[in-house]
Amino acid sequence: MASDSDSDGDFVTFGTPLEPLEEDEPLRKPVPLYEQTVKDEKGRYQRFHGAFTGGFSAGYFNTVGTKEGWTPATFVSSRQQKAGRQNARPEDFMDEEDLGDHGIAPRQITTTADFASGRKDVIRDKARAITSLSAPIPGDTVLEDLVAPARSSMGVELLRKMGWKDGQGVGPRVKRRLCKQRADSATRAFGSASPPNGSSESQDEEDGEFVPENVTFAPKDVTPIDFTPKVDLHGLGYRGLNPLAALRGGPGAGHINLFTMDSDRTNSLFGEDRKGQRRRGGVAGQGFGVGAMEDDDEDIYHRDIMSNYDTVLGGEEPGNGLYGWTAPQQYNRKKKDHSKDAAYLGKILEGFTLASDKLETKTIFPPPNLPRDFRPVHYFRPVVDLSSVSPMVAQALQTSRGHMAQEEPSKGGRHQLDSAQRRELLGEATLQGPSSVFDLLKVEDRERLSSLRRPSSDTSSGPRQPTPGEARAAVVAAGVAAAAARASAQKALSSRFAPHAEQQQQEALSVWSGPTAQAQTGQTFKPFERTPHKQARYDLYIDQLKQGDRDALELSLDPTMTEWERGRERDEFVRAALLYKPSSSSLSCRFTRGKQDDGVEADTVEVTRDQENDVDDKQAAVKMKMFGKLTRDTFEWHPDNLLCKRFNIPDPYPGSGFVGMPKVKRDKFSVFNFLTVSESPTASASPAPQGVKPSEPGKRSRWDVSGQAGDKERKEKDPVSEFLSVARIEASGSGPEASTTDGPTTDPTVEPDTEQKEEEEEEESRPSMDLFKAIFASSSDEKSSSSSEGESEEEEEKEEGVRSKAGTGPQISNQLNVNTTQPAPPVSTTPSQHPDILFKTPSGPAAAPPPRDQEMEEEEFGPRLPPPSSTLTAERRPSPTPSAKDDKHKKKCKEKHKAKKHGKHKKDKKVRPGKTT
Amino acid sequence: MSFPQPKPEVPQLPQNLLRTIDCQQGAVRAVRFNADGNYLLSCGSDKSLKLWSVSRGTLLKTYSGHGYEVLDADGGTSYQTQSQGWLTLEIPFISTDSYDNSQLCSCSSDKTVILWDVATGQVTRKLRGHAGKVNCVQFNEEATVILSGSIDGTVRCWDTRSRKFDPIQILDEAQDGVSSLKVSEHELLTGSVDGRVRRYDLRMGQLHVDFINSPITCVCFSADGQCTLTSSLDSTVRLLDKSTGEMLGEYTGHKMKGYKLDCCLSSKDTHVLSCSEDGHVYCWDLVEGSLMLKLPVGKAVVQSLSFHPSETRLLTAMEGRVQVWGAEPEETEEEVVVVQQEKA
Repeated sequence: MASDSDSDGDFVTFGTPLEPLEEDEPLRKPVPLYEQTVKDEKGRYQRFHGAFTGGFSAGYFNTVGTKEGWTPATFVSSRQQKAGRQNARPEDFMDEEDLGDHGIAPRQITTTADFASGRKDVIRDKARAITSLSAPIPGDTVLEDLVAPARSSMGVELLRKMGWKDGQGVGPRVKRRLCKQRADSATRAFGSASPPNGSSESQDEEDGEFVPENVTFAPKDVTPIDFTPKVDLHGLGYRGLNPLAALRGGPGAGHINLFTMDSDRTNSLFGEDRKGQRRRGGVAGQGFGVGAMEDDDEDIYHRDIMSNYDTVLGGEEPGNGLYGWTAPQQYNRKKKDHSKDAAYLGKILEGFTLASDKLETKTIFPPPNLPRDFRPVHYFRPVVDLSSVSPMVAQALQTSRGHMAQEEPSKGGRHQLDSAQRRELLGEATLQGPSSVFDLLKVEDRERLSSLRRPSSDTSSGPRQPTPGEARAAVVAAGVAAAAARASAQKALSSRFAPHAEQQQQEALSVWSGPTAQAQTGQTFKPFERTPHKQARYDLYIDQLKQGDRDALELSLDPTMTEWERGRERDEFVRAALLYKPSSSSLSCRFTRGKQDDGVEADTVEVTRDQENDVDDKQAAVKMKMFGKLTRDTFEWHPDNLLCKRFNIPDPYPGSGFVGMPKVKRDKFSVFNFLTVSESPTASASPAPQGVKPSEPGKRSRWDVSGQAGDKERKEKDPVSEFLSVARIEASGSGPEASTTDGPTTDPTVEPDTEQKEEEEEEESRPSMDLFKAIFASSSDEKSSSSSEGESEEEEEKEEGVRSKAGTGPQISNQLNVNTTQPAPPVSTTPSQHPDILFKTPSGPAAAPPPRDQEMEEEEFGPRLPPPSSTLTAERRPSPTPSAKDDKHKKKCKEKHKAKKHGKHKKDKKVRPGKTT
Repeated sequence: MSFPQPKPEVPQLPQNLLRTIDCQQGAVRAVRFNADGNYLLSCGSDKSLKLWSVSRGTLLKTYSGHGYEVLDADGGTSYQTQSQGWLTLEIPFISTDSYDNSQLCSCSSDKTVILWDVATGQVTRKLRGHAGKVNCVQFNEEATVILSGSIDGTVRCWDTRSRKFDPIQILDEAQDGVSSLKVSEHELLTGSVDGRVRRYDLRMGQLHVDFINSPITCVCFSADGQCTLTSSLDSTVRLLDKSTGEMLGEYTGHKMKGYKLDCCLSSKDTHVLSCSEDGHVYCWDLVEGSLMLKLPVGKAVVQSLSFHPSETRLLTAMEGRVQVWGAEPEETEEEVVVVQQEKA
């Protein structure tokens, strides 16, 4: 675990993790195509058009107008304000979407013409070129070029004012030699950019002959590097179709090379004619006829020559220089001498140079050879459903499984060994101390337990030293030792499982190993039906319980699971076993099992789909004052259409069929509603049970009655008492309280059959008078009881909590008996945490929604209203009273939380002086 | 481009007692300015709702019809600003038909919400449906909907335009009683005893839940609509960013342990004010969080307060009295003397 957490820090995680899968979560349906919607940035729905009309519609049904139609601008002209001539620009017909980043005319911040560099605007040039083609006088851009405005950019102006002249470089004037050197270095640095100045250099060399000493020169002008960003999605070096080349035709136009290596695109665009090509007006070329004004016949029919095509795969020798950089052999050959770099320049892409070093080839290590017998398949242990077979067969299967379990550890890695097995392997000594939980029990308890146990479990009882021959026994013993080690470790860690869980395990054992449970063959309820493996393990556990196997739990768990999972499953199994206790034969014979299950539909309840995150995390976040993402949940919420209308707001979900939060169906009686109740830390921190009665599940469920009946049946054997008990059950509507004084595994024979004794017990554990007063007393008795409430308040609070859970009538007293002996029922944990709120939110996400009617019963909770007039009390008492008064009020408020009548009465009391003032 | 704005003058605090109104209606559970701040409403524990003139301190009307103590009332929200993304438009006092002060709504412990006709004092509509006492009530911007939050954990949206007596929608997301509720142009802010502040965004169709971990007593929007103010029973007032839920400020020092007390922001969003159980109104600087003023109101619990929508004027309610506080003393000495006598 620790190493895991350490290594966690080393990993870098990418992306967002998937949501953890819940076990009983229904599969989410993908949103079908017809329900998927597209919204624009304002949340409006966009309709798809056909593919040919270009995706989404725009405006109102593809018009620029609105729903009201196209409203023309009103013409206004008055004497003071003459209507100017309106020049409609294209932007006038665009909305903000068009002008946005992804629109057709995105707005950018650009340098104004005054400050722009002298670089040619490629797009504008192209546009001019194209317009010149279609102009009446082709090529009339010449005129425009002639009469270009004599305006230079601001940078040039500034430079001129500083003494710069056209054609010079920028920088301090240098002497002759230096200048030359710098020029050299410049050419080297901008290798690709400086081939054409060879001629000037030669001139320099000529000038170098007569150099006056005190004459400085301006530095050489350097052709700027073209840092044109690549904005298109074409491949490197792709030029696109040259419209001139395509339209002009001519002899060479039959095959258009898209990868011509002309470094200056605009040159070719502007029609610096190649040799042999004449500039002609109009459109010519293949497919176009020859006009009457033309003097000679061009070839108007397309003649494709085979020499236009490569006939050799892999390319022929690039002799004519028209081949691009795709000629790799040449590359490698000529790479060696750098002097050829410049000569090669025509074929290198703009901005690239030849590499001087050879690229290192990556060495690829082959994957290791797999062992021959390696199978890339995970082997799952077969699970045997033992619930349907007889105990004999089950035992046979069990033994066979034991053999399997023996084989497993040798097969599995060291992770599958538990600490005891590892200890054996390492040859360490056994830890001192109690090896089993049973050592912690009292002697008589142990005897009673052992008398209960069946002989079959003898093999698994004592921790024995394993011998190599007795492999199976060794495993069993190891299992026991492991259980003990685990128990002790858990004790050391926290008191979460330790005494409590053991107690429950014992209880479950005693319940299920009874004869009535033996008589029942079929399992009545399958709590883990959703996950067959888990259910199988649970069945195994129940089966072993029936056989009285003490280590049923440990044996039935999957050793391949992690410790945490096993711990959780252990907990769940024990609880489930306690929940679904076998009902007595007398009762069960009265009921027939339904032919069909109630069905999933009937047992579901609507739950809001989006559940809140973990409250504990949020509490931690609040404590650290980290409000924000941690404490915020955002849900989809559908307002009513009418509400939107009243608020003058468009419905955010037009056509949504429901209102409020989206709902999903969940199991009404999911086991986890019960199992997670006592998962809260407060419940686990409850003191060790003094009475041996195991804790009740947090909520009364419909199975509780049968469970208690099972208890009853187990204890009372003879038919007379059975009859009596059944009658009593029928009369009271609930099973009697379980034995409050006896141990968890009461011997059936020891159990007295008298009703009287139980009644005596009832008398003994009767709650205090205050409780009954609180429930039944009329409001006039209130004052006397409130005076004595101080000490018994704690107790009362618990009882009240229980009372609100249970119904009314005699059931209450029964429940109270159970719960007063049990120190910390999960229900009563909440008020201790939050004195101001009675009803805390359910802790777990799977917990049932809070019962609403319960809240309604409570007249007062949450923040109170101040007393109507404290003048009377405040003036009577000296100044420091507020705190005392406040305390008293708090008490009163607590009281109010508890009982409705209580609260109402208090408030009456409170209001009355207000009236008199 | 333009001249820099003149330096804003130091905001003044309502530290001078202008007037004390003895409402003669039991404990005053809530006191509220109306939309323009000329009148005030006091909710009494003797089942009555009273309308007063702020400037003169005279009783104008008594509205009786509730069956139990009146807990909250609203005479139309003074809706000042509307926020549209980053752009904030200041629209001073849209005076629409619904703002003609013709209607009042109030809620009570008798589980009803009543819509009143201001002039006649008659009950226009009595809305039943809540299962518990109704803690808070609010009109929406145009007074077409009454929103009421109850101890039964629901917020009900009542239509004032139709004849139906059923609520338009019931918001039952709260897991405990709803203690406070505010409405803005398209948003609904509720504070619940389950320690959560919920903001229903009608325009986006979303519900944002902020976890505070202590029962909420009062929630407010800031005037610019960007923040929410939340007071809770851990004696803390928090200023949260509306959009992200991050905490922008925390204001402590007062005492709010068990009572449902109000908090509010000043009209210019410069200060945060909160009632306290120790008989003071605490006033913090919004940005710095420092305590600017500890206004001694009396000895008992200051239960309710209301800030004037535009001026520096504050209403406080303690027991049976409503006090009006202003920046400058403009009152004659006599009444103050009377008040002091009363106190003594």
